[in-house]
Amino acid sequence: MSNAQKGTPLVELRDISIAFGGIKAVDHVTVDLFPGEVVGLLGHNGAGKSTLIKCLSGAYQADSGDIFINGEKATITNPRDARSYNIETIYQTLALADNLNAASNLFLGRELVTSAGFVDDAAMEAETRKIMARLNPNFRKFNVPVSALSGGQRQSVAIARAVYFNAKILIMDEPTAALGPHETQMVAELIQELKAQGIGIFLIEHDIHAVMDLCDRASVMKNGQLVGTVNVNEVTDEDILGMIILGKQPGKAA
Amino acid sequence: MTQTNTQTSHAEEGAIARFFRATEIDTRLLGMVAALLLIWIGFHLYGELVNGRGAFLTPRNLWNLSVQTASIGIMATGMVLVIVTRNIDLSVGSILGFCAIVMGVMQVYVLPKYLGLGHPMLWVLAALCGVTIGAAIGAFHGFLIAYGKIPSFIVTLGGLLVWRGAAFLVARGETISPVDATFALLGGGPYGAVGAMGSWIVGLLACAAILWMIWNGRIQRTKHDFPQRPMWAEYFLAALGCGVVIGAVLLVNAYPWPVGIVKTYAEASGIEVPEGGLFISHGFAIPVLILIGVGILMTILSTRTRFGRYVYAIGGNPDAAELSGINTRWMLVKIYALMGFLAGLSAVVASARLNSATNALGTLDELYVIAAAVIGGTSLAGGVGTIYGAILGALVMQSLQSGMVLIGFDAAIQQIVVGSVLVLAVFLDIIYRRRAK
Repeated sequence: MSNAQKGTPLVELRDISIAFGGIKAVDHVTVDLFPGEVVGLLGHNGAGKSTLIKCLSGAYQADSGDIFINGEKATITNPRDARSYNIETIYQTLALADNLNAASNLFLGRELVTSAGFVDDAAMEAETRKIMARLNPNFRKFNVPVSALSGGQRQSVAIARAVYFNAKILIMDEPTAALGPHETQMVAELIQELKAQGIGIFLIEHDIHAVMDLCDRASVMKNGQLVGTVNVNEVTDEDILGMIILGKQPGKAA
Repeated sequence: MTQTNTQTSHAEEGAIARFFRATEIDTRLLGMVAALLLIWIGFHLYGELVNGRGAFLTPRNLWNLSVQTASIGIMATGMVLVIVTRNIDLSVGSILGFCAIVMGVMQVYVLPKYLGLGHPMLWVLAALCGVTIGAAIGAFHGFLIAYGKIPSFIVTLGGLLVWRGAAFLVARGETISPVDATFALLGGGPYGAVGAMGSWIVGLLACAAILWMIWNGRIQRTKHDFPQRPMWAEYFLAALGCGVVIGAVLLVNAYPWPVGIVKTYAEASGIEVPEGGLFISHGFAIPVLILIGVGILMTILSTRTRFGRYVYAIGGNPDAAELSGINTRWMLVKIYALMGFLAGLSAVVASARLNSATNALGTLDELYVIAAAVIGGTSLAGGVGTIYGAILGALVMQSLQSGMVLIGFDAAIQQIVVGSVLVLAVFLDIIYRRRAK
């Protein structure tokens, strides 16, 4: 049994289904996540990972199924609801407004305001400088639109946005896809650090080695259905690859 | 030899670049002001050389220009927000016409029945009615676009026809004139201006505001340990800002009332007109003050409030805005309601200036408003645009228009020039942005 699998899960997505125009993108999938745990979501492109996770982040609404946060049924109909449950998301597309600077993106939807009710750009920039000093000390471009940033810098803005607001549940959709080896290592260290703080992390990732290194459990999806969930330390990367490619649980394989 | 040359030019470029960085003057803005001055001087010289009389750079013409710009300028500030969110509003001219005719009917036929003609509240109620109807129409358009998912181009193209037709039906095509006397002041004219003393008060308040902004900016930067502008740059900006304001005051105060008006006014108030006539300054026209007020409020709204931040976020990446928890649909309704409100306000100014309301008022205004915003640097791809740019753009459009009238170009050539300038301005802007990247 995994060390995390006791007590109430932080998140439980129970029997989630969602269809787009007759195609079942997610078909009766159940996954859960405990505090201080990293659960990898794996599968081919189009397996339904991102769609499943978007039900939790509020971007989509499931056709059927329930979401439980700390054992209580949660209603998440839009991204604002998700944020109110301290669910933060780093999207694959990063979801940055290219024409705004790093601070405006970091605080988008949650701007710091002065006592008169105006946005406090100076305070937001100061806070952004603080968190970037921790996440990406080389980051200097605070006063330019994020369209002028490199892929890695943009990624660090997106990560900073998810980390800054005291997330309890973090969803990372391929957070290292645009990064070089050094930055990938920084993200890995960050995941360990956040995990130690008791944050639960759903990690969508294609790189099996990263999954073996970072995740406690891995849930594999294929064609919208859950193939199975395994404890990473009990299987080999071959087993997981088999689940992804063949859609078969290890051990059950003939 | 060649080497020395290169070095000097580098040093010079460095000095200029350093100057702009230190003062944080937007080079785009500078380019627009330069283009505007070029247009003004060009028309003046053309008049001087060809017609023997340069009429453009005179207090009278520039004062009139400011009044003529007001209506388009007010709407252009709202169009910036609409275009920034990757939408368009083709209906503003028709909304203007409809609001104008409704206000005309209200103050001439409806309200006097209850309040009596010439009641002091008449103009207030009529104007309120106009801007409310404008905002309601805008909100309705916004609702169809945001919740009905109908493209804004189609909704407002429909609106363009619907509200022009509705304007005709309200008064069965009649022209309603004259409007209430106090209402007419909102459109300018000798009485609809604040005079020399009033202009100085406005000017000094503006100077005080400029100095406060520079001083407050330093305090904010100190508070957060951000780098300061050099002191000379602060002095330069303060001097430039106050210089422009005082120059504008001197200009509008240099334009006297026409002799006829002075005579009527003197008779009415029992003043002796001295030998050689009485010099009564116009001062800032009320519609111009309305435009300046709208410009300031819209700038604050777009740069200093959450609402404004969300407008730009939606324009930059609608999906990201939605995922950040911004209610993008409701935002669109509010943006279009604001655009409608401003069209209603423009209707007040435009019908007051004509002292009448016709159902044709504001015809083709949508094109001038969009052109003003685009010339002012608003990108049709969304996410980029400034309020001051749009107001300057409106001034450029109006300068071209009235300049060509002054030097005697006929209407056909005016259209050709205005159309060409629009395309050219956007082309230059695209080149500028490509090089800036």
